[in-house]
Amino acid sequence: MKPGVEAIWEWLDAVPDPEIPVISVVDLGIVRGVVWHGETLEVAVTPTYSGCPATGIISMDIETALRDRGITDLRITTQISPPWTTDWLSEKGRAKLMDYGIAPPRAAGGPECCPRCKSTNVAQISRFGSTPCKAQWRCTDCLEPFDYFKCI
Amino acid sequence: MAQEHQAQLFEFLCRMGDNTLVLGHRVSEWCGHAPVLEEDIALANTALDLIGQTQMWLGLAAEVEGKGRSADDLAMLRDVWDFRNVLLVEQPNGDFGQTMLRQFLFDAWHLAMLTALARSSNARIAAIAAKSVKEVHYHVERSGDTVIGLGDGTSESHQRMQKALDLLWPYVGEMFVADAVDDAMASAGIAPDLAALRMEFDALVKPALAEATLTIPEGGFAHKGGKSGFQHSEHLGHLLTQMQWLQRAYPGASW
Repeated sequence: MKPGVEAIWEWLDAVPDPEIPVISVVDLGIVRGVVWHGETLEVAVTPTYSGCPATGIISMDIETALRDRGITDLRITTQISPPWTTDWLSEKGRAKLMDYGIAPPRAAGGPECCPRCKSTNVAQISRFGSTPCKAQWRCTDCLEPFDYFKCI
Repeated sequence: MAQEHQAQLFEFLCRMGDNTLVLGHRVSEWCGHAPVLEEDIALANTALDLIGQTQMWLGLAAEVEGKGRSADDLAMLRDVWDFRNVLLVEQPNGDFGQTMLRQFLFDAWHLAMLTALARSSNARIAAIAAKSVKEVHYHVERSGDTVIGLGDGTSESHQRMQKALDLLWPYVGEMFVADAVDDAMASAGIAPDLAALRMEFDALVKPALAEATLTIPEGGFAHKGGKSGFQHSEHLGHLLTQMQWLQRAYPGASW
């Protein structure tokens, strides 16, 4: 009757991030827990940045996706501790970001290479970008600007 | 005793949340007006982080108060005399350099404060601080670099930054003057000793200002009255008329 937790994780892995739709909310590492409490399903979600306006939309998208699968007794909780880190981005998610043109985060603090021409000659334009989670960089070989997913 | 502690905790949380709320609003005033697009985006992102942090601080404050108010109620329906932000954050933006200097002075305090609060004896406060401090590391890196770049820039930018420092430095002291609320928080292990915080602040700010070739004004005079609520500057009232306009004109409006 009740779908298993593994199946639910798979369904959530099909819910796209509203700002960067090529990766899922699971790839992003913001789904922190999926637990059945009796007949109630609890999904714990952590915000990326505390003011990220996508957070509310993400909870709504998760709720919609699970209701479509027939789960009606659903509680979405916000969990802020431990704080979200880009270490939680999945390997699959990192590869998808690169294909999409967003350089994935690196502990070294900057992109490994230009997501378009793969040159390692890159320079920062600004520490902030089009969303709280990104910074603006440019390739000094192909000269294209690109987004870098900030490492936090 | 327990009741008094709750009241002081509420006061402390309002101070944290009002600082980020008022500065977040001030910084958001730049949206669409910054000197270049990248700075416009950076300012808007900083404001967004600060407003997000406000929701957590004032949300917890409202819970601690236990009178059924929400974070939104505290932000939008209190009047000037109930705000507990330091005077620094309500000062007008001035030019871009003045805004960035105000940001740097606040960020340096904020970073030291949140780093300490991440070890708070209160687990809820520690969680909010641990979340916020990651964002603030980013803020202070940028504001510090900008202050150095403009201070040690052209003669025009240097002169404007020195003028901004002369204006804003007397607002630094208030962030470190402890009162009964701070003492109670420190003795409960909730918040740090402000004198120790000042040392961390100086260790970050003084070398940066030296690198920016700026001279710290002499004298220890400090404008006070914001965090105690005793006397805000006139600027806060004007800010609130904008920020709270919608809820004042259309009480309870939501969408």
